[in-house]
Amino acid sequence: MTPIVAHTSTAFDQDLRQLRELIAVMGSRAEEAIHEAMRCLTERDVDGAAKLVAADQEIDRLEAEAEDRVVQLIALRAPMADDLRDALAALKIAGVVERIADYAKNIARRVKRLPKKGSIEPLSLLPQMANMAAAMVHDVLDAFVERDAQKAKKVCQSDDALDAFYESIFRALLTFMMENTQNIGPSTSLLFVAKNLERIGDHATNIAEMVYFAATGDRLADSPERDSP
Amino acid sequence: MRAVLVRRRIVDAIAFLFAIAATLFGLFWLFWILWTTLANGFGALNLALFTEMTPPPGSSGGLLNAFYGSIVMIGLAVFIGAPLGVAAGTYLAEHGRYSRLASIVSFLNDVLLSAPSIVIGLFVYELVVRTSGHFSGYAGALALAMILLPIIVRTSDEALRLVPDQMREAAFALGIPRWRVTAQILYKAAMTAILTGVLLGVARIAGETAPLLFTALNNQFWSSSLSAPLANVPVVIFQYAMSPYDEWHALAWAGALVLTLFVLGLNLVVRLLARRASK
Amino acid sequence: MIELMEPQVRSSQQVDGPTKIEVRNLDFFYGKSQALKEVELHVPVHAVTAIIGPSGCGKSTLLRTLNRIYEIYPDQRAAGEILIDGSDILDRRFPLSDLRRRVGMVFQKPTPFATSIRNNVSFALSYYERLSKSQMSDRVEAALRQAALWDEVKDKLGASALSLSGGQQQRLCIARTLAVKPDVILLDEPTSALDPISTARIEELIHELRTSFTIVIVTHNMQQAARVSQRTAFFHLGELIEVGHTAQIFTNPRVQRTQDYITGRYG
Repeated sequence: MTPIVAHTSTAFDQDLRQLRELIAVMGSRAEEAIHEAMRCLTERDVDGAAKLVAADQEIDRLEAEAEDRVVQLIALRAPMADDLRDALAALKIAGVVERIADYAKNIARRVKRLPKKGSIEPLSLLPQMANMAAAMVHDVLDAFVERDAQKAKKVCQSDDALDAFYESIFRALLTFMMENTQNIGPSTSLLFVAKNLERIGDHATNIAEMVYFAATGDRLADSPERDSP
Repeated sequence: MRAVLVRRRIVDAIAFLFAIAATLFGLFWLFWILWTTLANGFGALNLALFTEMTPPPGSSGGLLNAFYGSIVMIGLAVFIGAPLGVAAGTYLAEHGRYSRLASIVSFLNDVLLSAPSIVIGLFVYELVVRTSGHFSGYAGALALAMILLPIIVRTSDEALRLVPDQMREAAFALGIPRWRVTAQILYKAAMTAILTGVLLGVARIAGETAPLLFTALNNQFWSSSLSAPLANVPVVIFQYAMSPYDEWHALAWAGALVLTLFVLGLNLVVRLLARRASK
Repeated sequence: MIELMEPQVRSSQQVDGPTKIEVRNLDFFYGKSQALKEVELHVPVHAVTAIIGPSGCGKSTLLRTLNRIYEIYPDQRAAGEILIDGSDILDRRFPLSDLRRRVGMVFQKPTPFATSIRNNVSFALSYYERLSKSQMSDRVEAALRQAALWDEVKDKLGASALSLSGGQQQRLCIARTLAVKPDVILLDEPTSALDPISTARIEELIHELRTSFTIVIVTHNMQQAARVSQRTAFFHLGELIEVGHTAQIFTNPRVQRTQDYITGRYG
């Protein structure tokens, strides 16, 4: 972890800290949204899902605020070196977190397409995948707040596990669809949900790369992309 | 190209040689004067010089009364001239920047500064000696003060102008009234320069002879009264050097040597002060 | 899990307090030439207001009207009104020493008096207040602490002020001003003669002082204005072009000339 020595200007430290806290809050909200969306899905809670969709606006507002703060920070403080990389990382991360929250929103939107009753076997696999994705988001934002390049690197590596999970859910859903044509409707919804979760993992990896660059000034070597349908 | 460079170097060397020659030429005369004074005066330097009075022709003695008279008159001149000069210099520097009166005063001061000292002597003669009926130490001191005054006015004015305006503004910005700023801040900052001016003035008047001829004249005997003719070194040198007596010549040289050493000493003190101030 | 926290909406740049100084229709003349034209400006209390602009735009001139220091030069003249806490200080009847006590000024070049460090700080104070020796040394210590200089000079208060470094001398000048407990502190390019580290320390000092004083700073360094102030006023050729929150001026000014100056497109 890079040691953090205070700037002569305490106001500058305060601005940087507040920016970091803002990003952390956005991350928490996005993480919660993932869990909440999954809960609504498994419990078929249509009202809860609607609330989630509406609450996404708040995260959009936070992104705009983060953008304003970074602009102000650059204009007024003229940050250099690691401070500059941090500021730009914060800007980009805010955008990516907002997209992650959008994916959670999309998951929530799927809830009303599912039948109210009846179990869908592959559905039970999804919460675990959601937890993995949410954990990646959690860890990568911790890495950002702590300026921990190694933590960020680990998040990149865990994307492979998430992709593998996606593959197995995909196969399970295929099998389920082939069993009964009535299953096709709900299965496609679940397929989209799984895809959204996989994309969340990819975005978390992007954030990890930004965190790594901000902390060290170097770029993480690109890992080979897995083919995904 | 090389030819140009070589020619330049030759020209440079020639000019350098000329400069050295001119310096040596000037220094030569200075050293000759100093050497002559030293050689002639050294022989007569003894304790008696500082303990005995000026003797009548034929006998030996010293210059005690002359030294005493000179010191007293210079002291009095400084007492009169220095405070007045510093005050006037302060006026010119502090209050006179935009004043018509100040530029007139400054001009007149410069005129007085370059007035021949014999004219000043004559002026004091008319003013004091004629009206009182006799030569006196007071008249001598007054004449010396009038020579000293414009020097101190000029040097004090310059000394105070050297204090940066920002210091004045900083003091005013604290709300301190004008007279306090001048007395407590500016004088402290310019003290060394003002003192230097006074010392240089003293060095100047120590050797003034002409005005004293008209005012204090000389006194063969010991006199501590300022309202009578008072012995002093320059006039004694003048009188004794022109005399036909050898003992008097010796005393004159001795007096000249002491005077020279005194002025030299003052200049050294000034140098020391300047060096301490600039640290 | 990261603890849920409401991000602070109000950043450190927000200020909308009551007005301490109000400049109304101010004109200023050096002899025949006019240096300030119909300036109207509000300076809020307990905040730092920066005045920026190219050379010769009148920013120092404006600062010097606020404590009437221009009056020591007979050919300089101001017309208009400047209200501090509601009273017009340009009025002939306003007592000058009262004004200069309430409005302190620190100049570009550090100008310590040619005396000891202690005397520098107590000099003006001894003129305004009758204090016992111990009271005086308490006030001297308080002022030096407030100027973040105490630790460096506490063992050599009797030493000459000229023996201090440039940055220390400037902090001494600030302590000197603080000793008389003014309401307003005027800073005329206070760090332009100093190295970057001394500059940073003085900027931090200004940041600490703003909660107790009203501060007006003139600077030709825009970055400094951006760092230390909450409000910024942009002057050009003697006129006030734009004034507003510092954050807004530097990210989205309303007047094109302001933007040109800030971005360096100024011709």
